[in-house]
Amino acid sequence: MSGDPVVTLQDVSFSYGGPAVLDGITLEVGEREFLGVVGPNAGGKSTLLKLMLGLLQPVAGTIRVLGRAPRESRRQIGYVPQYPAFRRDFPISVRDVVLMGRLGNCLLLGRFRRHDRGIVQRVMQETEVSALADRQISTLSGGQLQRVLVARALACEPRILILDEPTANIDMRLETDIFDLLKRLNQKMAVIVVSHDIGFISRYVDRVACLNHTLMCHHTADIDGQMIKQLYDSDVRMVEHVHG
Amino acid sequence: MSEFFPALLQYDFLQNALLGGLLASIGCGLMGSYVVVKRIGYLAGGISHTVLGGIGIALFAGFAPLGGALIAALIAALLIGWVKLRWQQQEDTLIGAVWAVGMAIGILFLSRTPGYNVNLMSYLFGNILLVGDADLWLMAGLDLLVLLLVVLFYWQFLAVSFDEEFARLRGVPVTFFYLLLLCMVALTVVLLIQVVGLILVIALLTLPAAIAAQYFHTLGWMMVVATLLGMLFTLLGLAISYRPDLPAGATIILVAGVSFFLSTLFSGGLQRYRAIRSGAGGSTRAESG
Repeated sequence: MSGDPVVTLQDVSFSYGGPAVLDGITLEVGEREFLGVVGPNAGGKSTLLKLMLGLLQPVAGTIRVLGRAPRESRRQIGYVPQYPAFRRDFPISVRDVVLMGRLGNCLLLGRFRRHDRGIVQRVMQETEVSALADRQISTLSGGQLQRVLVARALACEPRILILDEPTANIDMRLETDIFDLLKRLNQKMAVIVVSHDIGFISRYVDRVACLNHTLMCHHTADIDGQMIKQLYDSDVRMVEHVHG
Repeated sequence: MSEFFPALLQYDFLQNALLGGLLASIGCGLMGSYVVVKRIGYLAGGISHTVLGGIGIALFAGFAPLGGALIAALIAALLIGWVKLRWQQQEDTLIGAVWAVGMAIGILFLSRTPGYNVNLMSYLFGNILLVGDADLWLMAGLDLLVLLLVVLFYWQFLAVSFDEEFARLRGVPVTFFYLLLLCMVALTVVLLIQVVGLILVIALLTLPAAIAAQYFHTLGWMMVVATLLGMLFTLLGLAISYRPDLPAGATIILVAGVSFFLSTLFSGGLQRYRAIRSGAGGSTRAESG
């Protein structure tokens, strides 16, 4: 069983009513894989994630997550959105944001059980946000908030972690921190991360899915200037990087 | 104001009025906090005004007006919630339409009912001095229901208010809880009609919670403080209005409005003061701001 892919897309197409955003996507993600999804803006990256989460339905093709329809499996997915849907000045503490990840499990008379609070404690330590637990979220820096969102996703005890541009709004040093964390988490779960920065993520991921309406997959060792040129349709600055 | 308190001990109607105000403040503090953090003041305004339709029909047909208000409020909440979820693009126009049509229906039916002017004015602007024992029991019952739901579903309501998308991914039935929340706002509106009337409802629903939000940063504390503030405003409003015989509902709203204005100035100043004290460029920002 351990060899089965956790996410399978077969000939998936999607459009928002106009031209196809995704066209004939076929993709498998393995159980301990670290997959990077890159591509130009409006190339369909976030749409692909939303299809995997069952927030959108494909026009054609089939999607299976953990062997079932995405909607049925979504509670085993931890999701970190690119633009969180909440307002930063919402009166809520870091701990309560992370507790949101335990929702959907049974509450007892409107209270979380000790077991759920224990999990929240653990994931806050793992993401190094325990010291921030009582802070209101508007007082956090961009990097701290990103860690809190990862903690919230981990509180779901996911088998798959999906992140949409997790480092778009934070500086380079913190970007490394976040990806080091993801690499550690990857020992326990599949990680799918969308990024615009192919040079940076290829240091971490096993495989890169290049998405520009259609999909090409590459093992990170094969990435070269020619491929990037094909994807972005222009010359892109290459970053020297090594593979472990 | 000094004559109010001896009178309070003497007259039943004043005691009922105060008790009604205090009971209404509980619903206000609880649901007003959601209205403020979820920014659905416009939806709440739509619900409260649509209620006039139900009151008008009930009076015309000879039923208890508060019963009509209760049914109309729930229908309005579901209708407006449905509009909001289904036609997000034209939400603004459609809620405005429901709002106005509801009021128009109410005015038409009231105009065919004897005692038209007295009724209309007291429903639009409240008549806290006419709160009867039965009203108090109804208000207490609605408070209890709202409180029970808030305690039982605190986390679900918090999730739906905070981040709908994430709540949906966690398997929370977002649409159900969203509509339930609006229905509870509708119940609270009915609570408040007697106190300040359905036009002024929105101020008493949002102002205490908005003040609380300036100083308290969890939803639970916001609710507690907003409830206490609501109680303070109704007490002050009643006391101030008693001697010069001013309309109590309008006085309560003015007290709340002035308090909100002063609190906004004060909390702004407080933030600037803290920024200056903590340094980190705070002083230059304060000068330019």
